[in-house]
Amino acid sequence: MNYMDGFRRLEAAVHFRARLAGHGRALAGQGRKVHLMEVCGSHTMAIARYGIRGFLPEQVALVSGPGCPVCVTDPGLIDVAITLAGQGVIVATFGDMVRVPGSHATLAKARAAGGRIEICYSPLQALQLAIHHPESEVVFLAVGFETTIAPIVAMLDTAMRQGVANLSLLTAFKLVPPALDALLADPDIRIDGLLCPAHVSAIIGADAYRPYAERHGVACVVAGFEPLDILYGLDGLVEQLVTNKPCVDNQYSRVVKAEGNRQAQRLMAHYLEPAAAAWRGLGSIPESALVLRRQFARYDALQRHGLTLQPGRHNPRCLCGEVLKGKIRPRECSLFGVACLPEQPLGPCMVSSEGSCAAEYKYEEC
Amino acid sequence: MSESILLGHGGGGRLSQQLIAREILPRFGDGPLRTLPDAAALELSSCQIRFSTDSFVVQPLEFPGGNIGDLAVHGTVNDLAVAGAVPRWLSLALILEEGLPLVTLRRVLDALQRAAHQCGVVVATGDTKVVRRGQCDGMYINTSGIGEALPGFSLGVEHLVPGDRILVSGTLGDHGMAVLSAREGLQVHNGPVSDSRPLHRLVQAVQTWAPEIRFMRDPTRGGLAAVLNEMVMGREVGLHVRESALPYAPGTKAMAEVLGLDLLHVASEGCLVLLCAAGVAEKILACWHALPEGVGAKEIGWVTQRRGRVILETSIGGERVVDLPGGELLPRIC
Repeated sequence: MNYMDGFRRLEAAVHFRARLAGHGRALAGQGRKVHLMEVCGSHTMAIARYGIRGFLPEQVALVSGPGCPVCVTDPGLIDVAITLAGQGVIVATFGDMVRVPGSHATLAKARAAGGRIEICYSPLQALQLAIHHPESEVVFLAVGFETTIAPIVAMLDTAMRQGVANLSLLTAFKLVPPALDALLADPDIRIDGLLCPAHVSAIIGADAYRPYAERHGVACVVAGFEPLDILYGLDGLVEQLVTNKPCVDNQYSRVVKAEGNRQAQRLMAHYLEPAAAAWRGLGSIPESALVLRRQFARYDALQRHGLTLQPGRHNPRCLCGEVLKGKIRPRECSLFGVACLPEQPLGPCMVSSEGSCAAEYKYEEC
Repeated sequence: MSESILLGHGGGGRLSQQLIAREILPRFGDGPLRTLPDAAALELSSCQIRFSTDSFVVQPLEFPGGNIGDLAVHGTVNDLAVAGAVPRWLSLALILEEGLPLVTLRRVLDALQRAAHQCGVVVATGDTKVVRRGQCDGMYINTSGIGEALPGFSLGVEHLVPGDRILVSGTLGDHGMAVLSAREGLQVHNGPVSDSRPLHRLVQAVQTWAPEIRFMRDPTRGGLAAVLNEMVMGREVGLHVRESALPYAPGTKAMAEVLGLDLLHVASEGCLVLLCAAGVAEKILACWHALPEGVGAKEIGWVTQRRGRVILETSIGGERVVDLPGGELLPRIC
């Protein structure tokens, strides 16, 4: 913990506050206001949890991005998981997914109705469930970005080596760079700089952002999740913009390499192949998903259980899609804090522990 | 006697009598329970009593730092203590599941006996039921308690005024994280250990300053965040808490960081939150520091005029709202 406390020191935060104020004055002198997007939901949550928004000068606007895997997942996936639970399958899931609304219900409600929903702290717990319940089918709700995909695929690799036959994956694997490309190409969205995710970057590497950053002329900084990491990252982004030298800077080099985690990349490429995916708010983005390769179809829960994924039903008044594109702040949605509350979420951004709406409701005065 | 609980142990016949004679009376038969009356006859020196009840359904039954038995005593004793009362009498209702190993029951009852002795409470009445296998998780316990009110206390959140101080008697979130780590099999070197312990001595020790003590509460379910919010919700005052002052055990904090849980939302079972006039805060802290259960006591914040709001001053100097916990503690996806 001493190691962690070093990234939460007040004195260093005061230093960054002063630097950001200086950058703000420089931007004001240039007559500019810049828009930064924290791509990752964990950044969103940490920014709210540590009160970082209050450190920013008025010339710097910070908006949330699509980097919450729960939020961008279609409710149709929850519908399928509930169907499976109703058929006696053990549905194993990370905790975040339990309260996310499907088209008609949540996994929490399915559990209360007698469905076997097991919360896992790591993918390996799903494997343990399958091993300890050979009489049952276990389906792991495999939702996540590159960070989460790698350990899930490693778990699948172990399951196959051990000959575990009663486990399959309901996949909703998504890739961050194609989503960023789609966002940056949208003429209605103004983004000057990206605070790039920490854990995703540990897998894909800092260099993965270069093609997009150069194509769109946007500043990029890879930053960790500790509050001083974030302040350091924001300082780096604004400095790039003040000096008009946008580039990709890796300020989380204690974890992230330029080339990423080669072993994880190889494992993912062995089991998975790219496919198009529908993103909440962003629509269909080519090659933004990873699905199981055909030779591993027996581990695909949809094929194994003869189900198809149908688009789910969103609440038409829910503006989570606009929030995920950084077009509006959560409180600009008419449902926010009125009909949509953490204990009764109408959209995924209000329930996920990485969701923008949850972060704003939980931590910021509304 | 068999080595596990049978349905017959709850049937009221010979097996029931054996269970009570061999397991209950040797541990709790010194007081009114000795003759197994339908109702205990109690004598109290004061007519100002406090009465509380609580049920314990913790899983697993045993966890680092305690088990369901001492937890069931501490829970009710602490509810009485934070109401400004000296705990005197306890009821004990056991709901046992068919198949519960008798050795487990004995460990739980031993812990319960030790805890009751340590708290100076007498188990005055009780009940035992047995349910079929699968109908409860091993065992459930209900305890009700009667305590005598200490003179001088006039507790209530309506007495809070801006400038009052917020004190906690020790580290936060240890019980919740210990139970969670035991339940999920998260074995960590120097990991969280439950703080399950009685608080009555901490309360009795500060009786001198009772008129200036506004409110006391133990932050169990929902943790400190729930207690603080309940205090100011809908009121004219608010609370300001300094993150850097919050006491956490290193193992507990590390586990919470790994799982992405906010320790403000995690239960303690041996921590006292006390709000008092600013002038007596230092004296209370000094008094607590002299007791083993208060050695880690800290002042963590103060009462403000920010209506109904609990604000946390973060470790880096920012500000954020302390929200009510959502209910179920759920680990994050990544």
